[in-house]
Amino acid sequence: MPQPGAALLVVAVLLPVSAAAACFLAPRLARGIAVAVALGLASVVVLLAVELVAHGPLEYRVGGWGAPLGIDLRADGLTLFMLLAAALTGLPITVYGLAYFPASAAAGGFWPLWMLLWGALNALFLSGDAFNLYVTLELMGLSAVVLVALAGSVDALGGAMRYLLMTLTASLIYLLGVGLLYHQTGVLDLNLLGAALQGGAADALQGGAAALGPAWVALGLMCAALLVKSALFPLHFWLPPAHSSAPVPVSAALSGLVVKATVYLLLRLWLDVMPPGKEDLGTALGVLGAAAIVWGSVQALRQSELKLLVAYSTVAQLGYLFLPFAVEAAHAGVAWRGAAYFVLCHALAKTAMFMTVGNLQKLGGSARLGELRHVARQFPVSLAAFGIAGITIIGLPPSGGFLAKWLLLQASIGAGQWWLAVVVLAGGLLSAAYVFRVVGLAFVEDGSESAPARRSSAAEWITLAVALGTLALGFTAPPMLRVLEVGSPFGEPFGGALLWEPGGAP
Amino acid sequence: MSWNAALPLLVLLSSLAPGVLIFAIPESFRRWRTLLNLAGAVLKVALVGVMALGVADGQEFELRFPLLPGMDLALVADPLAMLLVVLSSVLWLVTTVYAVGYLERSPHRRRFFGFFSICVTATVGVAMAGNLLTFLLFYELLTLSTYPLVVHRGTDVARRAGRVYLIYTLTGGTVLFGGIVWLYVLAGTVEFAPRGFVSGLPASEHGSLALIFLILVAGVGVKAALVPLHGWLPRAMVAPAPVSALLHAVAVVKAGVFGIVRIVQNVYGVEFSLDLGLTPPLAVVAAVTIVYGSLRALHQDDLKRRLAFSTVSQVSYIVLGTAVVGPLATVGGLVHLVHQGLMKITLFLCAGNLAETLDIHRISEMNGVARRMPWTMAAFSVAALGMIGLPPLVGFISKWYLGLGGVEAGESWVLAVLVVSGMLNGAYFLPILYAAWFREPPPRWPHDQGSPGRLETSWWLLAPPLTTAFLTLFLGLLASAPFSPLRWVQFVGGLVYEP
Amino acid sequence: MTVAFLYALSGVALFVVAFHALVNRRHLLHKIMSLNVLGSGVFLVIGALARRAPTADPDPVPLALVITGIVVAVAATALGIVIMLRLQAATGRPELPPADRN
Repeated sequence: MPQPGAALLVVAVLLPVSAAAACFLAPRLARGIAVAVALGLASVVVLLAVELVAHGPLEYRVGGWGAPLGIDLRADGLTLFMLLAAALTGLPITVYGLAYFPASAAAGGFWPLWMLLWGALNALFLSGDAFNLYVTLELMGLSAVVLVALAGSVDALGGAMRYLLMTLTASLIYLLGVGLLYHQTGVLDLNLLGAALQGGAADALQGGAAALGPAWVALGLMCAALLVKSALFPLHFWLPPAHSSAPVPVSAALSGLVVKATVYLLLRLWLDVMPPGKEDLGTALGVLGAAAIVWGSVQALRQSELKLLVAYSTVAQLGYLFLPFAVEAAHAGVAWRGAAYFVLCHALAKTAMFMTVGNLQKLGGSARLGELRHVARQFPVSLAAFGIAGITIIGLPPSGGFLAKWLLLQASIGAGQWWLAVVVLAGGLLSAAYVFRVVGLAFVEDGSESAPARRSSAAEWITLAVALGTLALGFTAPPMLRVLEVGSPFGEPFGGALLWEPGGAP
Repeated sequence: MSWNAALPLLVLLSSLAPGVLIFAIPESFRRWRTLLNLAGAVLKVALVGVMALGVADGQEFELRFPLLPGMDLALVADPLAMLLVVLSSVLWLVTTVYAVGYLERSPHRRRFFGFFSICVTATVGVAMAGNLLTFLLFYELLTLSTYPLVVHRGTDVARRAGRVYLIYTLTGGTVLFGGIVWLYVLAGTVEFAPRGFVSGLPASEHGSLALIFLILVAGVGVKAALVPLHGWLPRAMVAPAPVSALLHAVAVVKAGVFGIVRIVQNVYGVEFSLDLGLTPPLAVVAAVTIVYGSLRALHQDDLKRRLAFSTVSQVSYIVLGTAVVGPLATVGGLVHLVHQGLMKITLFLCAGNLAETLDIHRISEMNGVARRMPWTMAAFSVAALGMIGLPPLVGFISKWYLGLGGVEAGESWVLAVLVVSGMLNGAYFLPILYAAWFREPPPRWPHDQGSPGRLETSWWLLAPPLTTAFLTLFLGLLASAPFSPLRWVQFVGGLVYEP
Repeated sequence: MTVAFLYALSGVALFVVAFHALVNRRHLLHKIMSLNVLGSGVFLVIGALARRAPTADPDPVPLALVITGIVVAVAATALGIVIMLRLQAATGRPELPPADRN
């Protein structure tokens, strides 16, 4: 007997996937379909949130088969956060796409693929089974590759090719890991895998704890594959060319959502599957995350092409998502809540930033910083959007990024891991350097004749609206974090009673 | 929402809403913009007046909004907050009138007034912050909203100054952020309390507490321009005159100093700070800043730069008063928060008048300028004499209480600092006054923009400094009248010490 | 040493050889082919390990993994070749353009 509301889980996957087919078959209707689906998915997420808060985690067994054989769709608070990130960025990306792509049939390739990508993302977030996750990973990767190639330039084709080779190799390695894990345990469902590896049940396997060795090899392969796909430094080589050459709405979706989907998957493996004894791996991931923050920011500072600057910023910001792996277990929950909120904020901010790049490219004719110097002040709305999104990227209040960093800091300091705290703070300053490199352009007076005032385009206003969304996230954390607690993905609620009582301690 | 909760929000919105609207209306709608500005400023003064009367009456104005589980955005109008709220609202009105006249012909007025309003909102937010989280929020908002004002002219010099400003203030903000979270982890709260909230922590944490104090003060010390963190301030002088006036008298430096006051009084508590041995070093830093700023001011020929170093020096009187533990010193420091604001804004507005009307930027160009612009120079002279500490001007009141406080606390060296600094103040202000009033003016002023025979400059530019100069004199004469800053501060000072 | 183990070992060998070629060959068709060989290596390992206990019958689930993997590989190969041809048309060379063109 399925739970009431569990059907929403199926809708979240089927709606975009069938829309992809519809867009493909009826290209004339594609734009309308896409907008309708985007609105539909946003409402599905809202309904799901209500459902989750009321009834707890949801599960839907496709065809009624159930684990270990069937396909299960599951949703807890963390799943919902990811679906929400997809909807929050997907909706403006879709609307922006209307303005970005001409209505002609030639540009129609975007719509079915974008719907497919969205469907794959949602399916990935909802799947609870290592093999289904492989399928969704592939679906996501391949549609993303084609989306990058849509731009058609040499850069885009090269970027797409690199992306394709990377994503396929990584998927195969992931698949190898899944195969080995199945050989060990005989199950693919993540919960069952976790039960087999984490609990006392591990002893029931032949050989007891010693049997975990091969399991670690399998998990190691899966992790490595996911790290490549998440572009964790130093495996980020493929990201800047792919993200910077794609059409703007695609770049936004890739930087905002796709790379985070694999981090999400890694986190699921980490929390639900991996047996104890993973502290060293966690520290290594945290160190790499810290290196990513520093290296990505420095690279972003050095770019002369705005789109590459934003892409390297993604490399840097992804680093923050890996810091919680290194946080001592007792405080990791707080850090993960911060990281979850960070995902949301960064997705929105990066979307606004890529949209700004798109506006400047289209309206100003270039997105090279040197040339923008002379034209940037004609685009106050776009640059304001970039600056506002930058507030979240830097982690300044009032923005969602600030609250996320507060939680990360609180966890690192609480655990006495000072190096993490320093990285979080220094990363903010480094990102300020590249954000203000761009924002400063708005104020250049080089003595040249002021161009006649122009009306800001619809695309620019959309960009500003997305950017303002990141500020709004600075005021919505408590209810959102409450939804995140559904199903306790991170174990105990943090801070106990202190957490939910307004006003703090006496 | 009750009236007592809504009022703090309305006070914020009365400057935020005009700011946002100004961004929305086109550059060419000059009258609408002026109307919005003035309406917002007048409304703010009115609302603040109502709130101040309420606070004096013992009412509590408090608004809370959860930002993180267990942590609120808290706006609390306590008596200390009202000091800065009233000061910034009144001076915003004055500066707005001035800015409307000053920027008559310049481009980008929309951007300027938009950020100007947000800047005031941030200052009032800093004042009313009920905890460190809220304080940090508005403190950083202030950084963000003043950056566009510093780089407003868009020249290379202005943009370089903007970069320096950001490097200083964002680094300061980051340090502050780290310190606040550490304190939160340690104490479980960051809510301001009348006599601090950390004194109950076990003695084993006192080392950490002392370190956090250092971090917090370093964080806010950047904006308070404590030596050696003052480097951004003289450079930021490239900004238009109303901005300099605002940065120096009201917004940025005051936010920094106010942070120090909050940390000493409402986070650590005055007496606990002394017990931990934290205030004596702070007093020394303040004394060094006072003397160093004055010494540097002596050698500046650029009028605005001389005033900037004077600010570095004068603002630390407030820090000194806070760091010398005793009711009288506290009163002296806090009252200087208001008094220094009045005097310094007068000086900067007058400097702006000279620059705007006669294109005079250097002290060496000021010979005989008082004959051409007597009203401006009269206002300037009143403020300068006040800075030196001449009775009955407000500067004298501040110094009197600071001196008494030093003696009361057994720190007689404070008197020496006051005397030395007073002499230095005289040394860098009196030559200006002498040159302006008694030296021969040049046969004609090379860049005279005014219309001879009528007023020395436009009313918009003249009325604001005359008003603040008048207040400098008036509040000094009536220092012991009810509702004078001194009376208010004596009330505030009474709250931070054990009865 | 069982036959299955030999299969698995050769799968690993294929994987390693193919990975080497994937990284070092410049011609994109070589890269795409190496990817296919690499896939075959993975499939061989999974297939060889399908028999989870020495005496049991082979488990169908790993074979399902392999079949899905093959389907994906075919689709991806087609996609890769299309992109390669487009690149060749644009640059005249079936190779990756330099990543950083600044």
